[in-house]
Amino acid sequence: MLSQKAILRISGPLAFLSWLLLLAVNLIIYFGEINQVPSGIPSVIPPALLSIFFLSLVVFFTYQGDKAKRMNLVDVLWRVFVTGLIATIVTILVIFIFVLLGENRLGQNPLFINFLYHLDLAVISVFLVSTFTIYKKLVLYQKSKVLINTWYIFEYGLVVSILLNFFQIEFFDSLFITSFIFFLVLSLYLSVNLKWVAYLSFKEKWKSILLLLLVCLYLYFFLTVLSGFPSEILQVNLVDNVFAATLFIFIFIYSLFSFLVILFNLPTTSVFEQKLKEAVNIQMLSRTIQEKRNESEIHQMFFFSSVSAVFADAAFLESTDERGINRIILKENLSEEQIEEIKDSLASSKVRPLKSAQVPAEQSGIIAKALKYSGFRSLIMLPLVVKEKEIAQLYLLKEVSDGFNDDMQNIITTFANQASISIENSRLLTETVSNERYQKELKIAKEVQKALLPTVLARDPAFEISAFSQAADEVGGDYYDIFKKSDNHYALIIADVSGKGTSAAFHMSQLKGIFQSLSEIALGPKEFLIHANSALGRCLDKRSFITASYYLIDTLKSSIQFARAGHCPTLYFKKLDNKAYYFKNKGLGLGVLRNNQFQNYIQIHELQYESGDVMVLYTDGITESKNDTGEELGYEALKAWVEENAHFDAETIKNRIADTFLEFCGQAPPDDDYTVVVIKFQ
Amino acid sequence: MIEIEKELEKDRIIIRIIGEVDASSSIRLDQELSEAIENNNKKILVDCEKLEYISSAGLGVFMSYIQVIEKKEVKFVLYNLSDKVQNVFEILGLDQLLPISSTKEEALQIVNEG
Repeated sequence: MLSQKAILRISGPLAFLSWLLLLAVNLIIYFGEINQVPSGIPSVIPPALLSIFFLSLVVFFTYQGDKAKRMNLVDVLWRVFVTGLIATIVTILVIFIFVLLGENRLGQNPLFINFLYHLDLAVISVFLVSTFTIYKKLVLYQKSKVLINTWYIFEYGLVVSILLNFFQIEFFDSLFITSFIFFLVLSLYLSVNLKWVAYLSFKEKWKSILLLLLVCLYLYFFLTVLSGFPSEILQVNLVDNVFAATLFIFIFIYSLFSFLVILFNLPTTSVFEQKLKEAVNIQMLSRTIQEKRNESEIHQMFFFSSVSAVFADAAFLESTDERGINRIILKENLSEEQIEEIKDSLASSKVRPLKSAQVPAEQSGIIAKALKYSGFRSLIMLPLVVKEKEIAQLYLLKEVSDGFNDDMQNIITTFANQASISIENSRLLTETVSNERYQKELKIAKEVQKALLPTVLARDPAFEISAFSQAADEVGGDYYDIFKKSDNHYALIIADVSGKGTSAAFHMSQLKGIFQSLSEIALGPKEFLIHANSALGRCLDKRSFITASYYLIDTLKSSIQFARAGHCPTLYFKKLDNKAYYFKNKGLGLGVLRNNQFQNYIQIHELQYESGDVMVLYTDGITESKNDTGEELGYEALKAWVEENAHFDAETIKNRIADTFLEFCGQAPPDDDYTVVVIKFQ
Repeated sequence: MIEIEKELEKDRIIIRIIGEVDASSSIRLDQELSEAIENNNKKILVDCEKLEYISSAGLGVFMSYIQVIEKKEVKFVLYNLSDKVQNVFEILGLDQLLPISSTKEEALQIVNEG
């Protein structure tokens, strides 16, 4: 197949060439007729040349039309207008020549008249064919199968009619009449396809009306001029041609119909444009669902879309935060005082819910058709609902009463739904992001806290020590530590901050500071606890306390001195008795009494340890833990475990306790922090 | 979950704690105690017969009123504690600061004396 470019390059010159030949042949024939010298040209040649001329024009413009597919509607009409203008100018020139020559011999010369007629024929044909191909696009603006088929019957019929030229049919011939009526009916049928008109904006419609009116004027002008030629001396007559006549009538009918339809459509254009704008707004709101937008952007989009969708005279958007406090975030044509007045008058006006199938009644807005407020007579209130909670209310106001029709109510309800979804989405995203950040921070806290517990416990030939500790949350409030004061003196602590989580962890780190600094000074257990109480009492909140036990081990004297500040009683396995005991000496939690009365409640306990004795320090996370059936572990079970395993080394005892403990807890992880420290004396 | 019943008996108020006092339910206990003290009740008895469990947060609530009670000269007694709950009070040392009695009669004696 030939390329489009090649077709254009062939058909254009071919049209010109066939026209030149037609002109030459007709002039020769006519010249021969006047001089009664037969030209010897077969009578079939002129109509054949005319047919070729028409056909190549059709081909040329059909393919040229394809090239300009993406033109907008008014530009298309503008092209028709320009082509018409050129044809008109040429025609006017022809008339002008006639007038200029007047009674001059040349003006009366049939040869010259024939020449001018041919010239006019050419430009008018160009106009008709190009307009025809352009109108084809308008007719087929929104295609259906039937429409396309009908159009092709029309178009191919026309091509066939070009061939009829061979037969030199006279006007009013029966075949001419039949085919003309056929084309007329098709033209009428096709001319009602004017869907493109709906897509014109108001301004474009005015332009189109003007252009179409001019096209009709051109046609009238061309017809007048063509019929003004003396037909008896013409070798060809364009008006007698079925093809040309059909194009004339089709273009005229279609232009006229378009003109009338656009004219009658003018008043409703604004409605159509409004609908289009609504569609665009909905699309914009839906896009916000996918994109990460902040809430105020969504509020703005929702607010202004709604205001323009219902032509509100005034409006405001009020948001409700988590504490239920209302705040006006957007307003138009209203002052704060007016808003308060309007809300008051709304309370006393009759309202009914907006009808909408999309949302449940309790989430739908309300409409007041006759607001009792002087400036505005009708109002719509629309809530934005996220997770079944109203987060904002949009108020739309109109000066007239009953100013919102059903259509408007529907569209803004849709807007509200879209906006709600967008906001919910945006909140979910923000939540996820902040949750992630929170997790990261907790992880850091966990790392920091891990560093607070000793990684390596002090070692001494006199005893073995082993420990385990686990927080219920990311961070916990259990603390244990051992500090070597001198060659034979060790300070040991176990503590439990009330509560758990970050605040407990914070107090735990304070306690570590106190332990590290106070242990260096040669203090007894009681003094240590008194100092710790006064230091911690200043920073603990009034419902928090810390329980602790503080031990001083003297390996030289094989003695332990300790005091208990409200902490779980120390469990001590005495090898000699092969039994474990709880030391329930008097004590009081740190922070319980924040004055110098505290010291009255602390008792010091002292004992001599022997080889094989085991001291177990623990927190209440162990003894108060519960198994799957809700039973508490209790003190007796712990004691039994220690008695069973006391013959092992410290590490093994600790491991056995840890294993048995986790076995006891079963499926549910312990909900408190838990710690065990085992010291076995050699 | 806890339930708290209050009963005014002559010049004294009896606060009955039913259930478990943990971190979340301790807020409720705090409200009730604070209300009883604000209303200038000078004799407050806390019935712990049906108190099944008390966490450190619950102990913290009682602890936070020790100095207020002293200052306002309120007679405050806990009674009918289960062994387990009493043990928890004792370990922390609260029994030294808040009178605990085993029966209501004993508790009444404490609040009525002096």
